[in-house]
Amino acid sequence: MDKIMERILPRVQKPARYTGGEYGQTVKELSAVKTRFAFCFPDTYEIGMSNLGMRILYGVLNEMEGVWCERVFAPWGDMEDQLRKNGIPLYTLESGDPVRDFDIVAFSLGYEMAYTNVLNMLDLAGLPIRAEDRGDGFPLVIAGGTSCLNPEPLAAFIDLFLLGEGEESLPELVKIYEDSRLSGETRESFLKKAAKIEGIYVPSLYEVSYNGDGTIKSITPKDGAPKKIRKRIIKNLDAAFFPDKTIIPSTEIVHDREVLELFRGCIRGCRFCQAGYVYRPVRRRSPEVLAEHARASLDYSGYEEMTLSSLSTSDYRGLRPLCDDLLAHCEARSVSLSLPSLRADNFSVELMERVQKVRRTGLTFAPEAGSQRLRDVINKNVREEDLLNTCGIAFEGGWNTIKLYFMLGLPTETDEDVTAINDLVNKVVHVWHQRAKNKARGLRITVSTSCFVPKPHTPFQWEAQVTREEYMRRVALLRSVMRSKSVTYNWHDADTSYIEACLSRGDRKMGDVLEKVWRTGGKLDAWSEYFSMERWLNAFISCGVSPEFYAFRERGEDEVFPWSHIDVGVEPEFFLYQRHEAYNERVTPDCRAACLNCGALSLCPEVGCDA
Amino acid sequence: MPEQRLLFEKTGRAIYISHLDLMRTFQRIFARASVTVKHSEGFNPRPKISIALPLSLGQESVCEILDFCLVSGSALEELPEKLNAVSPEGIRIIKAYNASRKPKDIYWVKILGQMEYDSGAPEDIEKRLDDFFAQKIIVIKKKSKSGISDFDIVPCINSVGFEKTSHNTVKVNAVITAQNPALNPENLMAALRQLSPDLAPDFTKFRRIEIFDKDGEIFR
Repeated sequence: MDKIMERILPRVQKPARYTGGEYGQTVKELSAVKTRFAFCFPDTYEIGMSNLGMRILYGVLNEMEGVWCERVFAPWGDMEDQLRKNGIPLYTLESGDPVRDFDIVAFSLGYEMAYTNVLNMLDLAGLPIRAEDRGDGFPLVIAGGTSCLNPEPLAAFIDLFLLGEGEESLPELVKIYEDSRLSGETRESFLKKAAKIEGIYVPSLYEVSYNGDGTIKSITPKDGAPKKIRKRIIKNLDAAFFPDKTIIPSTEIVHDREVLELFRGCIRGCRFCQAGYVYRPVRRRSPEVLAEHARASLDYSGYEEMTLSSLSTSDYRGLRPLCDDLLAHCEARSVSLSLPSLRADNFSVELMERVQKVRRTGLTFAPEAGSQRLRDVINKNVREEDLLNTCGIAFEGGWNTIKLYFMLGLPTETDEDVTAINDLVNKVVHVWHQRAKNKARGLRITVSTSCFVPKPHTPFQWEAQVTREEYMRRVALLRSVMRSKSVTYNWHDADTSYIEACLSRGDRKMGDVLEKVWRTGGKLDAWSEYFSMERWLNAFISCGVSPEFYAFRERGEDEVFPWSHIDVGVEPEFFLYQRHEAYNERVTPDCRAACLNCGALSLCPEVGCDA
Repeated sequence: MPEQRLLFEKTGRAIYISHLDLMRTFQRIFARASVTVKHSEGFNPRPKISIALPLSLGQESVCEILDFCLVSGSALEELPEKLNAVSPEGIRIIKAYNASRKPKDIYWVKILGQMEYDSGAPEDIEKRLDDFFAQKIIVIKKKSKSGISDFDIVPCINSVGFEKTSHNTVKVNAVITAQNPALNPENLMAALRQLSPDLAPDFTKFRRIEIFDKDGEIFR
């Protein structure tokens, strides 16, 4: 252990986050390594190590000969202070080598509030934060992940983005970069070449011009870059890499369990949900392949819990036989099975009762809106009677804790819709009185609301967010009617939702704001300990950028979006059609009931959509 | 009475794994090796394993013990090899055996420390340290749950000796109490910092090297 590190580590919180050396990490002989890849997750170790995408890509890259992928996470403030004070540049966990000496530095971007960490980590690594200031001698800085489907706020800082799923495109990129680097090609010439690969977006090859009102006039490619950049997908999940052998942290992380990914995409089409559109089309793993991965990965990890992961687990065809198969294996070794993302229907509770024989957790449902009218607007196909009946079965089964998630500020929401949340909750309480088997233990309902953030590539991408004041007024309204003693109401603060709204639909001007926020001390903005609304608002003012323009403005239907050149498969016309259906309070059937030709099928016409 | 016991090392990068995390890590090491240990009863079954004398974060040890009940999956003598194959860096099982004594019989622990003086060790350091620790009482301020309290460390010290190994390092060898009350080796340095700051090093790292019963016999 390095002498300085030896002194620093005892002084910081949870030092095991900064040491590496966990079971399952990959260490390679340097003499056989041609490309060193620093996989940076712009949040803490506990968050980053919980990310399935990172585990997959770590495995995919380390399977490549001559490539060594290592991990880097954002240090907590105490560690950052120590690194800076002692002049230690950001390092990777496996080898402890400085990130700036790597060939490729990659960021995984899942949510907008991590953007300031990208700048901070580049700086901690000793790299210039802006792409234009990093010449040929510097590592290639790339990014991927869901929030890059609007890459524009980070366009100034990243050399190239990989759009969509990276299992195939990332190795392709690594290979061509290795060849380019070894042949002495310039960065500029390499980027032009890379831009021709499907799924790769090189922001410096696009000129963005603006109208007088601040909206975008045009996005123009140059040097042969494509007009539209299409996201990549894995067509056959059964054949895709699965991290059977992965790193098992020695310190507790957020999701400290085995994750079994059932399928990608979602058949539901909830109109507020970005994931539901950008992961289309639906592609599933077969039950046989899943069972094999479950066994192999549990054997390897020794985890005591496994979770089935997808956007809507109830919609997996063959979920019951799969669970039976997995349960037999899990029970034999005291492994519990958890099933998040279940729909509120009868089948769910029955399933929960079956799987939770080992350990039992609470029930969580997300009706999202209180009234049926508003649930129809957002196309959340949960009927009140389904929810109540599900709760009834759960109460009969002995459950007495239920969490319910809602959003406030959804398009067309009225005060009646807000108070309808309370009506729904009261009906749940009533059902408990009628059907609970054991009333002595009492009922606990936790209701949470958050402020709706309109996202790119959704039918609500045109919508205005409600102001913070309006959100708080609706919170107060809901509080004033919510009287049941069994109910606890938690509302999320709207400040981060406001900034998230600016960033998620932001354009390149947001880059200056990000830099200003970071330069005035912004980092770890997803953490309330670090987030400062004042800092963000000051940065907007000093950059002459109006946050209201991005968050509170309803976009014209013919407006060019900052992400108009990004093609996620679903047609822009489909989003518009869905928007109109929302205003008509008309629901759209799920993709299994009827295909509405959203356009995503064009990403894999040969295998089709597996809704 | 616990039935089986592991003697293991915790060194290198593993010294930053906390006591609680180490318990969880061992739970998974057993599972990975397909070794079944007895679980607790009830709603949330957990393997019943216990590690005696929690080690402070950042200290090494070559004499840690972990008690458990082996149900199935391995013969005792094959256990170290099986577990080591699936352990993180720095955790190494030396021996697995049937336990014959209770961990509460552990009385003394032998520690080895390296004291580092960045601008060189003070003049006459060995003698001055010897004199300091030869005092009849050495009361330090110690943070506890109920606030700051006075703590005389002398009854907790069986022996302590110092040896200057270079111009800026001094080796400390000590036998101190393991429990009831335990003396954290860091407290030796805290005593210097509080009562004789000119002798306090800039940094000290410790290694636990042996555990003994009350009579000074090695505990296994």
